[in-house]
This record gives sequence, structure tokens and C-alpha cells, in this order.
Amino acid sequence: MSHASATLVLTRGTSAPVWIDLVYLAAAVAFIVALKGLSSPKQARNGNLLAAAAAVVAVAVTFVNPAAHFSSHTTNLVLAIVAMVLGAVIAVPVARTVKMTAMPQLVAIFNGVGGGAAALISIVVFLSDAHLHSLGAAKPAVYAISEGLLGLLIGCVSFSGSAIAFAKLQELMTGRPITYPGQQVINALVGVAIVALAVATLLTDSVPLMIATAVLSLVLGIIFVLPIGGADVPVLISLLNSFTGLAVAASGFTLNNNLLIIAGTLVGASGILLTRMMSKAMGRSLANVLFSAFGSVVTAGGGADGTGETRQVKTGTPEDIGVLLAYARKVVIIPGYGLAVAQAQHTARELADLLMERGVEVFYAIHPVAGRMPGHMNVLLAEANVPYDELKEMDEANPEMSTADVALVVGANDTVNPAAKNTPGSPIYGMPIINADEAANVIFLKRSMRPGFAGIDNELLFDEKTTLLFGDAKDTLAKLVTAVGEA
Amino acid sequence: MTGFLPGDIVLISGTGILEFLTIFILAIFVGNEVVSRVPSILHTPLMSGSNAIHGIVLVGAMIIMGNATGAAQIVLGFLAVLLATLNIVGGFTVTDRMLEMFKAKPADNASRSKSKDSDAEGGAK
Repeated sequence: MSHASATLVLTRGTSAPVWIDLVYLAAAVAFIVALKGLSSPKQARNGNLLAAAAAVVAVAVTFVNPAAHFSSHTTNLVLAIVAMVLGAVIAVPVARTVKMTAMPQLVAIFNGVGGGAAALISIVVFLSDAHLHSLGAAKPAVYAISEGLLGLLIGCVSFSGSAIAFAKLQELMTGRPITYPGQQVINALVGVAIVALAVATLLTDSVPLMIATAVLSLVLGIIFVLPIGGADVPVLISLLNSFTGLAVAASGFTLNNNLLIIAGTLVGASGILLTRMMSKAMGRSLANVLFSAFGSVVTAGGGADGTGETRQVKTGTPEDIGVLLAYARKVVIIPGYGLAVAQAQHTARELADLLMERGVEVFYAIHPVAGRMPGHMNVLLAEANVPYDELKEMDEANPEMSTADVALVVGANDTVNPAAKNTPGSPIYGMPIINADEAANVIFLKRSMRPGFAGIDNELLFDEKTTLLFGDAKDTLAKLVTAVGEA
Repeated sequence: MTGFLPGDIVLISGTGILEFLTIFILAIFVGNEVVSRVPSILHTPLMSGSNAIHGIVLVGAMIIMGNATGAAQIVLGFLAVLLATLNIVGGFTVTDRMLEMFKAKPADNASRSKSKDSDAEGGAK
């Protein structure tokens, strides 16, 4: 056992041979270049492939990294290979076959398990340090234990938070915000308790206290995510992605590994920036997304100018709307979350193609946060083989809205709500929207009169130029395809 | 190497902490810089791609697994390697699938349709 103790302490104190560190450094540089590439449409795919190649090389040299001691611990080597093969066998088919609409929850899972791995690294290091300490080895420096505890804490929050985010997106639980009295206070108390437990763990080196810290961190991840509504979950996943990056960086500190520090910090820093960009695209601050329990609160206090439920809306038959579309000159399709949920992107394309065959000018106006994640709608429509040049981003589409005969809003609501422009008191006031209200006619394909995720009434629904067609987006679009065909 | 006492070794890593902190802080700035101007259509692939990059925690999980002694450490190390592999393999695969679809479109390349005459797009198929 004394031999084992010597090797382990050496592992954590010394670095790998220079050539291995150089390979790790090269991989870190490749990650930076890859991330840069992922930020431009031209280089994105190459960037991702470069990062993947760098990861393969870094993992390969780790097999011969003396710090891992695989040459003397062959059982561990075999088990590591088994775990890796098992992981790859599970991950590849899932990642290859998952429906593109379900992709956000898949990213949530892959993110959560990364956080879980970082937390487990901290636990194992803590256990082995405690074991060595009991054998008479020196106690690790305070900062070393702190790094480990930090990795444990962030990793656990990311793991359980991602699990809840997955459950919300997969509709295993309600996507509505879950709130209860004193929620913020309870969350804050749990946070304080975690810090207290972590400090106690640091001082006492106690394994039970470390486990209690881990468990309470898992609880924090859950209660932190519960009040965040379905529409905001993508922003949350981006934030948790950033957390996992930081947890990985903490693992890098614990293991004295530059690659983990650089890669983890890169993701942590860029992830927070990306999260803020996403919130901004929704016209809200990050704090507002995380702590306001948007949907429920606003529904209660919303409806500034009267309740919507008692007011009349105009509904139409698929035949009426089919004729309107077929004889229009210019139709703008505005897809939203409802289209994604109904998996209606292929049917939408069918309708667009049919209209174009008749000589109607058609394009899609894409709001930056349409779908379940920013940019998600572009991915969905690309999957349905919609040519890229038929997609127009909001800024490009808006100047053309006033010349459109029909704005066909499919499963969107908040992203076309004029309250964002006209009602200063509205919670979404200031959020950029697609100006569907400027088109000559507005058609809403909606599941129900239920307000959008922001929980606010949409005046446009009651406008006299607006016609509603209720139903699942895929069904109603299919009916429209038939109706246009017969028109 | 075996001549070192555990205490000495910890001292070595003690001098390293500043280096690591330096790297950490510089990496924060690099991370901010590289994604400072991303078009919103790439937000999702970027999130997914950076999600794959932190899967490199696999390297750390492997080192832990190699050093694990006793049932508890081995089981937890095994789990760490498994979870990290899911993260890295799944992450890169799903990101590539996403980007593949963008790539497949001929008009995808940099000339965003801004420069095009909007009339030319819709009618003629």
C-alpha cells in the first residue's frame, strides 16, 4: 500500500513527460481554433471535426501517460477500455438517430454526464487522499482540496440540473415553471448550507461530510431548475454547459492537467457569453430568465388591457385559408415552437413548395429564438431540405412584411406579439419581433388559445385581419396542403 | 522520483498553482474572444460543439481510473470514464450531424442572402 501511496501523490504533484504535455497543449490549441471555427458558418463543420480529432489524439496518449499508471494497473486499463467502448456503443447510435426536434434534450444529457464525470473525479481524488492521509501521508494543501470540492459542487449542480432540464424538454414532467412560496429563500439557504458543508469538509477531511456536500449540490441543481419555464430551458442548458466547463477546469486544477484547464475554461467562458447572447435575443436579462419564474408570475398579473378569454377571435376553415394562400402573391411563413413540437417542418415545406409551384413568392422568417434553442429552427428546416436562401433572419424579413399578402404563423406566438413594440408595460416589451402585424392578412395555426410561453395575451390574435385555425400544426398544415391543391 | 517525500511533491505543485491560475485567466479571455461575434443561427451548433469539447474530461477520468485502488474508487472511476465517454463521443457526433445539414445546402456558404436581390429568390423555383 505504501507503494501505491507514493505513486498517487507523485501523480498529482508531477506532470506527465514533456512530449505528452506537448500533445495536450496541441489539443488545447486545436480546441481554441475549433471554437473559433464553430462561430462562422463556413468553418463550423471543419472546426468540429478538428476538435474531435484533437480529442482522439489526447485520449490516445493518455493510455501511455505515466500519470495514469496503466502499464502497472492492467486491470484498471481493461476496465477503462470496457467503459469507453460501452460509452461509445451507447452514445453513437443515440446521437445518430435522435430526431432533430429532440436534440436540445440530448445536448442536455451529454452535458449532464460530463458534469457527473467531473464530480466523480473529485470524489475519487478525495477518497484516495483521505485513504493516503489515514496511512500517514501529508494532507493535501488547502487549495488542492478546495479545487476538488469546487469541481464536485459545480459538477453535481450541472448533473442534476441537466437531468431536470431533460425531463422538462422530453415532457416527462411539466414544462411550466414550478414555484412554491419562499422558493428563492429556500434556494439561497441550500446554497449557504452547501458552502458551510464544503468548508466543514475542507477542515475535517471527512468522507461523510464530502458525500453530504455532493448530495446537497445535487438537490441545488434540481431546485435551481424547477422554476424555469420550458421556453427558457435552452438558455438554461447553455448556462449548465458553461458550468460543466468550469467543473472540468476544476478537475484540471485537481489533476494538474493543462488540457482540462484550458478546454474547461474555454467552454465555461464562452458558454456564459453565449448564454447572455441567447437571453438578449429574447429581449431579457439572464437574471430575469433564471429567477423570475416568468410564465406563472406573468400569467397571474398579465392581461393589462382586459382578459383575452371572453373576446372574439375569427376562425377559418382550411378551405378558406387554402384559397387565400393559393391566390396570394407573397406568403411569409413564420415558424415557431409549435411547429417544432408537432414535427411539422416537412409538411411546412410541402406547403411552401406547392405554393411556389403556383408562382407564389414564399419565404420563411426566422426569429432568433424560434424553436427550442436559438438557431434551432434553421436546423429543423435544413433537415426538411428547405433551401438556405428561403430562410430569412428577422432583420432581413421585417422590411418585407408590409408587402406580404399573408403572414402564416405556425406555432409561434410571443415572437410575433406586437405588445413587444406597443405596450411599454408588457414583460416582453423591447424584445425584437417579426412584424407579422404589417402583412395584409395574418393566419395563426395554433393548438389552442393558450398564451405563449411568456404567458401574455397577443393582441394580434384579435385583430380583424387575423384568422385562426386550431389544431396540431402538422395536421392543419396537411389540411392546407390539400386545400391549396384543390384551390 | 521515489526519493521525494509526499510533502516535497505537494510543494512542487504548490509552485505550479500560479502557472495554472495564469492559464485559467488567459483562457477566460480567449473563450470570450472566440465567440464574441456568432450569428444566431450558429448558437445551437456552438453550444453543442462546446458541450463536446468539455467531454475532454475523459482524459481526467482515465487518469483517475488508472490510479484507482479499492472497490469504491474503481467503481466510481469506471462510472467517470463511462459518463465522460458519453459526453465526448455523443457530443461530437450530434454536433457533426447538425452541421452536416447546414453544409448540404449549396447556398450555405458565406454569401448570406443579404447581397442578393430579394425578388430573384421566391418566385422562380
